[in-house]
Amino acid sequence: MKFAVIVFPGSNCDLDMYHAVKDVLGEEADYVFHTETSLDGYDGVLLPGGFSYGDYLRCGAIAQFSPIMSEVKRFAEEGRPVLGVCNGFQVLVEAGLLPGVLMRNRDLKFMCKTVELKVETNETMFTNDYGLGETIQVPIAHGEGNYYCDEATLEELRANGQIAFTYTDNPNGSVANIAGITNKQGNVLGMMPHPERAVEALLGGEDGKRLFTSMVKWGTRHATYN
Amino acid sequence: MKKVNVYVTLRESVLDPQGVAVKGGLEHLGFTGVESVRIGKVIELQVEDATTEAMVRDMCEKLLVNTVIENYRIEMGVLA
Repeated sequence: MKFAVIVFPGSNCDLDMYHAVKDVLGEEADYVFHTETSLDGYDGVLLPGGFSYGDYLRCGAIAQFSPIMSEVKRFAEEGRPVLGVCNGFQVLVEAGLLPGVLMRNRDLKFMCKTVELKVETNETMFTNDYGLGETIQVPIAHGEGNYYCDEATLEELRANGQIAFTYTDNPNGSVANIAGITNKQGNVLGMMPHPERAVEALLGGEDGKRLFTSMVKWGTRHATYN
Repeated sequence: MKKVNVYVTLRESVLDPQGVAVKGGLEHLGFTGVESVRIGKVIELQVEDATTEAMVRDMCEKLLVNTVIENYRIEMGVLA
């Protein structure tokens, strides 16, 4: 499977993301700069964490106008896998590819620690390698990860099984303890915790690795693309 | 050229933890009777005279404001 790691000005988890899929999983990966306009030849898109465009105006608000983003939107609309982590999640909600918004943490602090997540569905292309209801340890590192959406949207997320991960001990005030959601079609996942930072025991844990192996397994089964 | 101010505020239904913290700070300083504090932002635009309020509203909806959590009010032609 060939991954595109999108690099915005201010991305800072792009190397971690690349390392996870390239070095740990042994898949193909390229850095794709925000000025580029084609995703031809890629099977999956990874939007890394960081502070794209300095988080000016609102987190992720400016990145949606990068030349590459219209191609990311097209890619997503074709049903292909798009994963946004941390700032990548913020970019996806601002771009309208996922519902809701990420607000300042409840306690106004930047939080950097490992948290426990519950796998709420293992029927997505991102979570099929996990057990349903399994708890995993993945680090968070964000100041604005407080997921918010209105009541009607939350009902919709629940009804469609779009809530992928929840926090077992809510660190930031997110509605319904939400840590990660997919779009209705299930091919776009946004999450605040960093699975790419939990892919080797040496770095404190491997619980994030199966998110990427899930994508690869799904990708292998659906290898009709390109 | 004319000046346009866009006032962006959080929707009533959205908790403003920053405002809550500032309210606590005011109370700590001895300012009593502050019912609530909510923090927003002002965006000042210098625009051509032909710019209409509808055009500014379009700017708000497409970029300046995230209408999921924010409301806005436009003040056209404020003296620079």
